[in-house]
Amino acid sequence: MGMTMVEKILAKATNQAAVKAGDVLEPMVDMAMSHENGALVINQFSEIYKDTGLDAKVWDPDKIAIIFDHRVPAESSKTAGNQKKIRDFVAKQGIAKFHDIRGDSGGICHQILPEFGYILPGKVVVGTDSHTTSHGALGAFSFGIGATEMAAVWALGRVLNVEVPGTIKVVCQGKFKRHVAPKDLILHLVGKLTAEGANFKVIEFHGQTIEQMSTSGRLVICNMTVEAGATAGIVPPDGETIRYLQEEAGVKDKLDIIAPDPDAVYDQVITINVSKLEPQIACPHTVDNVKPIKDVAGIKINQIVIGSCTNGRLDDLAIAAKILKGKKVARQTRMLIFPASTRIYLQALKKGYITTFMEAGAVVMNSGCGPCLGIHQGALADGDVALATTNRNFKGRMGNPNAEVYLCSPAVAAASAISGVITDPRKGGK
Amino acid sequence: MAKVVFKVGDDVSTDIIYPGRFMATVLPTETPQFAFIDYPEFNAKVKNKEFPPQSIIVAGKNFGCGSSREQAASCLKGPDFVVVARNFSRIFLQNAINLGLKMVICPTIEANEGDELEFSADLVINKNSGKSFAIEALPKARQVIIDAGGLIPFTRKLLLDTKSRRGI
Repeated sequence: MGMTMVEKILAKATNQAAVKAGDVLEPMVDMAMSHENGALVINQFSEIYKDTGLDAKVWDPDKIAIIFDHRVPAESSKTAGNQKKIRDFVAKQGIAKFHDIRGDSGGICHQILPEFGYILPGKVVVGTDSHTTSHGALGAFSFGIGATEMAAVWALGRVLNVEVPGTIKVVCQGKFKRHVAPKDLILHLVGKLTAEGANFKVIEFHGQTIEQMSTSGRLVICNMTVEAGATAGIVPPDGETIRYLQEEAGVKDKLDIIAPDPDAVYDQVITINVSKLEPQIACPHTVDNVKPIKDVAGIKINQIVIGSCTNGRLDDLAIAAKILKGKKVARQTRMLIFPASTRIYLQALKKGYITTFMEAGAVVMNSGCGPCLGIHQGALADGDVALATTNRNFKGRMGNPNAEVYLCSPAVAAASAISGVITDPRKGGK
Repeated sequence: MAKVVFKVGDDVSTDIIYPGRFMATVLPTETPQFAFIDYPEFNAKVKNKEFPPQSIIVAGKNFGCGSSREQAASCLKGPDFVVVARNFSRIFLQNAINLGLKMVICPTIEANEGDELEFSADLVINKNSGKSFAIEALPKARQVIIDAGGLIPFTRKLLLDTKSRRGI
């Protein structure tokens, strides 16, 4: 019987010829990522070792990455204290893949990991962040875990009692129409599957649309698979994966290019023709409340956000700059832009996008998670409506339970910034 | 037997259970003060420790969807709630098992605030409506962690067993 991508990766990670969905395994971990919640992981790691007489050393400091992104720079003394605690731990344990608050190597964890070549195809990746699903874009089995689970990984180097997930195969055919993007595809899919439709399952992407999609686009679709409840999203690695890793991430290692077996067993197969797809909007207060843009066009927006681990990459900023060039952000609308990493920020600066944004009236912020999860920067007032290229619109998400968040692509966000209302980029702003 | 003290609907996200704006608070002993804080009446009772241990929260499907933040499980573990839901989101379920928060998967549960529920091995019995509802087992793979009282004691034992096997 053939194996899916994830079955193949897990067979290898446990030195077995074959595994199947439902098997219980303890795969070795190749990369274990945390951000500021590393402070809680450190607490739980110390708890594990308490009164054991054992030396509390992590299993392999080279396989741990810690990236500050959720609250950068610190918004409170409490956060600053957590960050300090992590810095001390990193120094003591010899963790080199540490990205502090810096203008030359900082950014959102889900951008830093691919950008610095920390993710390789065929590997097992865990992160204390639900959007760890992103890294399936490079052909890794990558999933989110909690802080205590991560503390056990730091101690043991493996994930305990993992049930091999079943896989949903999503086949995408056709070419995107102008101003329709991978974000619209994943919003459409989440709407179709619902918020729990892929719970405990992997979504494996196939088809001509995916083969022609850049790694940046693949990161968008894998990132948001968790919004359908998926354990992971994954794209079989190919020529584009090799190009990205070698040319953009500077990877020199030999790459393990594996593909699912042609007779792999899937729980479900879904086919989507993207050439028929319109821009999609996820409406308050669940990500699966997805509507075509024509149903919500004209809704007044107080705050536009472009950024996040979903849509803060260079191609996202490029499309926004193209639409905003020579235009102005509407008077009653605020526009905040967060490049996903400082590398992207510098590239956008050189290409003139940052100038375009500022001249249009947008505020360009430092790289990080920004207002996406409502911790600091860009909180909403009661009754405010936001339109964002981020990944979640839950009640309270952007810092206020009495506000509303709509989710969209960068093209929709930019066109709507000009008009101040939800606007189809194919029709243009005012 | 225990009382349902709070009822919520489907797709209750971790942003509702424990909003992101309190995420700088990480210690499990400190998180309960922010449990469901955007529901001020319920939150005030949690803060004032008005609920007896094993009080029940009843939820619809996909409870705990969204973020991996463990505070969403630890803030309910502190006051020793039992969460009965139609089903749970994966990461929340694992966090709850790891921390020893009691959960019951009951795909057809019907109960209201104030109802008394009784649990047997495979049924939830609603004493007020007289109806009973089948319980779905928690993931078998994780039973050893539940039996050990959570992932911290489980991992500690694994490390100590390895040490004694090596005869260090």
